Amino acid sequence: MSMKVVGDTGIVLARELRPALRDPFSLAFSLIQPLVFLGLFGPLLSDMPGLEGVGDGTPWQWFVPGILVMLGLSSTSMSGYNLLIEAQTGSHERMLVTPLSRSAMLIGRALKEIAPLLVQALLIIALVMPFGFRFYPLGALVGMFLLATLGVGLGALSYALAIVSKDREWLFYGATQTLLFPLLILSGMLLPLDMGPAWMRAVGQVNPLTYVVEGERALFAGDFGGSAVLYGAMAAFAMAVVGLVVGTRTMRRAAA
Amino acid sequence: MIHIRGLTRHFRVKGETVEAVRGIDLDVEEGELVAFLGPNGAGKSTTLRMLTTLLRPTSGTATVAGCDVLADPAEVRRRIGHIGQGNGAGHTQRVRDELVSQGRCYGLSRAQSRVRADGLLASLDLEPLAKRTVSTLSGGQRRRLDIAIGLVHRPRLLFLDEPSAGLDPQNRANLWEHILRLRKEHGTTIFLTTHYLEEADTMTERVMVIDHGTLIADGTAQQLKANLAGDLVTVTLGEEAEARQAAEVADRMTASHETGVEGTTIRLRVARGDEVLPEFLRALEAAGIKALTADLRRPTLDDVFLALTGRSLRESDSVE
Ligand SMILES: Nc1ncnc2c1ncn2[C@@H]1O[C@H](COP(=O)(O)OP(=O)(O)OP(=O)(O)O)[C@@H](O)[C@H]1O
Ligand SMILES: [Mg+2]
Repeated sequence: MSMKVVGDTGIVLARELRPALRDPFSLAFSLIQPLVFLGLFGPLLSDMPGLEGVGDGTPWQWFVPGILVMLGLSSTSMSGYNLLIEAQTGSHERMLVTPLSRSAMLIGRALKEIAPLLVQALLIIALVMPFGFRFYPLGALVGMFLLATLGVGLGALSYALAIVSKDREWLFYGATQTLLFPLLILSGMLLPLDMGPAWMRAVGQVNPLTYVVEGERALFAGDFGGSAVLYGAMAAFAMAVVGLVVGTRTMRRAAA
Repeated sequence: MIHIRGLTRHFRVKGETVEAVRGIDLDVEEGELVAFLGPNGAGKSTTLRMLTTLLRPTSGTATVAGCDVLADPAEVRRRIGHIGQGNGAGHTQRVRDELVSQGRCYGLSRAQSRVRADGLLASLDLEPLAKRTVSTLSGGQRRRLDIAIGLVHRPRLLFLDEPSAGLDPQNRANLWEHILRLRKEHGTTIFLTTHYLEEADTMTERVMVIDHGTLIADGTAQQLKANLAGDLVTVTLGEEAEARQAAEVADRMTASHETGVEGTTIRLRVARGDEVLPEFLRALEAAGIKALTADLRRPTLDDVFLALTGRSLRESDSVE
C-alpha cells in the first residue's frame, strides 16, 4: 500500500466518523447491541449441553470471539447502505471526482464500521471477565486487527454491491440478507458445527469465515501456536484482497 | 483547456438505446467562461460527467486540462473541480466539516483547509450555518454549500452543473460575483450549464446551445442573437396604405432584413436594429410618411433557440 492510500484512508475514515463523534449519543447507542447479546445469550449459554467441551474454562471463551466476528460482519456488510443514500443525493459523485485513491474510499468506509467494534469489544470483555473469561491483550489486539482486515474485505464487497444496486435498493437488501445468515451459521460463529450434519460441516470447511472465526478463538485464548491463527489470517487477508479488487473494479466499471 | 472530438455517449435503458450525447466537437481555451444552454435531457450533465471522469464516453476523445480523460483520469481529477447537479454535501455532515474534508481530499493541509473553509463560509453567506447538519439546510442553502465545497481547492478549471438552480436573485448575484472574482484573481476557466437564459446571456462570454445531444450553436450571445435571430423593429403608421409604402421604403434600404406588414404596423427583422431604426425613420420622413410609434426589441437567447429548433426553451423546460 502506498503512502497516498494510507493518507487518503485517514481522510475518508475521519470524514465518515465525524458525524458520530459530533453526536456522542449515537456512540452510546452503539453499545446497547452487544449488551443485548450478552444479556440474552448469557443465560442460555451457562447451562447449554455440549458447550462445556469447547475450549477450556467458561463457554464465554468460545463464545465472545464469535460475537465479535458477528458484530463486525453485520456492521461492515451494511456499510454499502450509507453509500446507497449518498449515491442518490450526489455526495458520492462528489467524492469520486476528487483525487482520493479509490482503494482508500473502500478501506476508509469499512474501517469506519470497525472502529466502534473496538469499543464494543472492550465493553464485552470487561463484562465477561468476572464470569471467568481470560483476557489475553496481545491475542485480542491481533484478533481485532484480523477482524479489521476481514472487515475491509466485506465492507468493500458491500460497497461494490451498493454501486451495482444503485436505483434498485431491494437488490442490496436482498443479496445482503440472503448471504449473511448462511455465511454466519455455516462458520460455526454462534453454534458449533461439530454437532451438525456432514453436509453442513463440509460447507463450513470451504467457508472462509470458518477459518477467521477459529483463528479469532485461538487468538482470544492467547494461543498463537496452532495452525488456526495462520489459516485465519490467510482467510482474512484473502477476503480483503478479493474485496478490494472487486470493489475498485466495480467503481471503475460503474463509469462505463 | 478542453478539446473534445466526436464525444458520444449512449445509455441502454430497458433494451433501448438512449443517445444522450451525439458526437460533440468543441474547444475551450484557458481563461474562458462558457455556458452550456439547453432544455432538460439535452445532454448537458452527461457531457460534463464525461469530462470529469465520472462516465466513460461511448466513443470520441476528450482532453481536459491537458490530460486525456480515458488515459489518465486520476490526473484529470487532480486538475479540475466539478460541482454536480445533485447535492454534493453529505447529509449527516456538518457544514464546515464538509468544507474542511474537501480541502483534505485535494491534499491541502488541515490548517490550509480550515482557512479556505472559513473564507468561503464568509463569502457565500454561510457563516451562521457553519455548525448546522447539512440535512437541516434549505435547498438554496445546500446549493450554496455545494458551490463552496467545489471552490475549496481553487481548481484551474471548474465545471458547474446548474450552479444557480434554486437560488434566489440575491444569492444568484452573490454566486456570480464569486465566479467572476475567481476568474479575475486566479484566471480560472469556467464551464457551466444553465437553464436561465438571462444568465447565459449577460454573464458568460460564450454560449453553446445543445439540444438532443448535439451542439447546434456556439458563439457569444451577441453573435448568436445577431446571426440567428436578429432585432425586431416595429413602426406603426396612420393608415394601411402608408404601411404598404413604408414596406417599399424598407426594401430599398441596404441592411438585409425581413419585412412584414400587418394593418398599420410594419415589422423588420434586422441584425442591427439600433442602426436600422433611425435610418428607417429618416427614410420614411424623406418619403413623406409620418411614423406614429417606433419600437426596438433586442432578441433573447430564447429567440435564438426558437430560430434553431422551432421550439421555445421556456416551453420545453416544462414539457420534457
Ligand atoms: N445514467 C443514465 N441512464 C440512462 N439514461 C440516462 C442516464 N443519464 C442520463 N440519461 C439520459 O440521457 C439524456 C441526457 O441526460 P442529461 O442528464 O445529460 O440531460 P441534461 O441536459 O443535463 O438535462 P437537465 O437540464 O434536466 O439536467 C436524457 O434523455 C437522460 O434520460
Ligand atoms: Mg443536467
